[in-house]
Amino acid sequence: MSKVSIRDVSYSYAGSPEPALSRVNLELPEKTVVVLFGPAGGGKSTLLRLVNRLNDLVEGAVRSGQVLLDGQDVYAPGVDVTALRRRVGMVFALPLPLPGSIRDNVVYGPRLAGVRDRARLEELTERSLRQAALWEEVKDRLEASAFSLSGGQQQRLCIARSLSLEPEVLLLDEPTSGLDPISTAKVEESLLALKASFTIVIVPHSVQQAARIADRTAFLLGGELVEVGEGQQVFTSPRDKRTEDYITGRFG
Amino acid sequence: MSGRLWVQRLGHLLLGLATLVVVAPILVVVVEIVVRGIGAIDWEFLSAMPRAGMKEGGILPAIVGTLLLTLGTALVAVPVGVGGAIYLAEYARDTAFTRSIRLAIVNLAGIPSIVYGLFGLGMFVLFLRFGASILAGSLTLAIMTLPVVISTSEEALRAVPTEFRTVAASLGGTRWQGIRTVVLPQALPGIITGVLLGLLRAAGETAPILFTVAAFYLPQLPRSPLDQTMALPYHLYVISTQVPGMPSGVQNGTAFVLLALVLLLNFAAAWIRRSFRRRRPW
Repeated sequence: MSKVSIRDVSYSYAGSPEPALSRVNLELPEKTVVVLFGPAGGGKSTLLRLVNRLNDLVEGAVRSGQVLLDGQDVYAPGVDVTALRRRVGMVFALPLPLPGSIRDNVVYGPRLAGVRDRARLEELTERSLRQAALWEEVKDRLEASAFSLSGGQQQRLCIARSLSLEPEVLLLDEPTSGLDPISTAKVEESLLALKASFTIVIVPHSVQQAARIADRTAFLLGGELVEVGEGQQVFTSPRDKRTEDYITGRFG
Repeated sequence: MSGRLWVQRLGHLLLGLATLVVVAPILVVVVEIVVRGIGAIDWEFLSAMPRAGMKEGGILPAIVGTLLLTLGTALVAVPVGVGGAIYLAEYARDTAFTRSIRLAIVNLAGIPSIVYGLFGLGMFVLFLRFGASILAGSLTLAIMTLPVVISTSEEALRAVPTEFRTVAASLGGTRWQGIRTVVLPQALPGIITGVLLGLLRAAGETAPILFTVAAFYLPQLPRSPLDQTMALPYHLYVISTQVPGMPSGVQNGTAFVLLALVLLLNFAAAWIRRSFRRRRPW
């Protein structure tokens, strides 16, 4: 069974004539890396933010269709949104540390969720930072300000911050767009290591990156899901003309 | 080319003159008060009760009264004002109701202070039977201060980028948790500045306390919030216009103390703003 099923989802923002998503169907199998790619404005971020209901913060938008997490509709009445967001973590394009120390950042989520046990928080801190491939660089200065880190380190800190909630699904919205190639490689490396335990949905910041890490690839164009393929198939032998045009650089 | 340069020089000159016109009167007033007033300041002036029809002794009850009124104003205006600002900036949607609240705040800020004084007299002194008291005076000053506190706090809250709220939400935080742990700490310098600016206006006002708390002559310290008290601005008015034969040293000394108190608050506001800004991450 799929971890997340997106069933016939359409979505329109207030005041926008074109829907951001129209009738998208997509299955996200457990413990895989699913890549959503396509030109800007295609609805990739919107689709991501529908899974953890972050789009609830947008006023006046219209949504139809279902998003199922383990077969349960996340938009069903009575769903605890905060609990959902602890199960579905998210990392944004720009690293945004919260005010406070590196440690404060990592355990921000668990603390809000009511975890007080010091040993437990300690354990979460170390494990999350190791998973995000940041532990070795910061283990001696966990009390330093999160803003003292470099951009690449900050982004890995943000990944660790999501991981400390032990989510089942991790949504990444162009997590390496602000990073240099070396930092990008480090982040990608940590993502591939995470695949073993999480379901990862990522909007890559380049087609090359998409091709490097994808188990399953979905091409979104103008709110429409044009094509879904396993592994490298979408990149090596796209079935749809529009996908091919985009990959070969004819537009986008 | 030289023509344009000439125009630019003229522009600089005019702007410089405009600045001078604004700054010069302030400098003259401050220097004047400091030069004339500082001679009257000694330990007795600051720590003793007035004597001999206020012509001798000190102004302790007026200093204490103003400090107590400012404190009382803060106790009311800060929670109500900051709470209102959080509501307006973080929760309220743009409806006819919230627009009317905003309109009310803007209008409150424009009301002459004597009107607040009369309102305080009718509402707190007479209707609620607090009498002329520190309680009634503080409440009156608080209402006058609220617009400043609310609008500056709201502005400070809005200046915190939305992304911080999104991040807090994405980590399983409720809206209030996000506000409490991420938004408020970053808006705090702006809020503190607004509060201090509002309070220093309250500390220097005469009209709102005229009917609600200020005593003409009360050579003792207040013992309860329901006592009347002397206050610096009103005392200054009294000794400047109501008592014939007042030595000018007492007048200038009182003005100096009031000015020093207000400037102190002002510098505190500036210092807090600066030291927080240096720590601001973005």
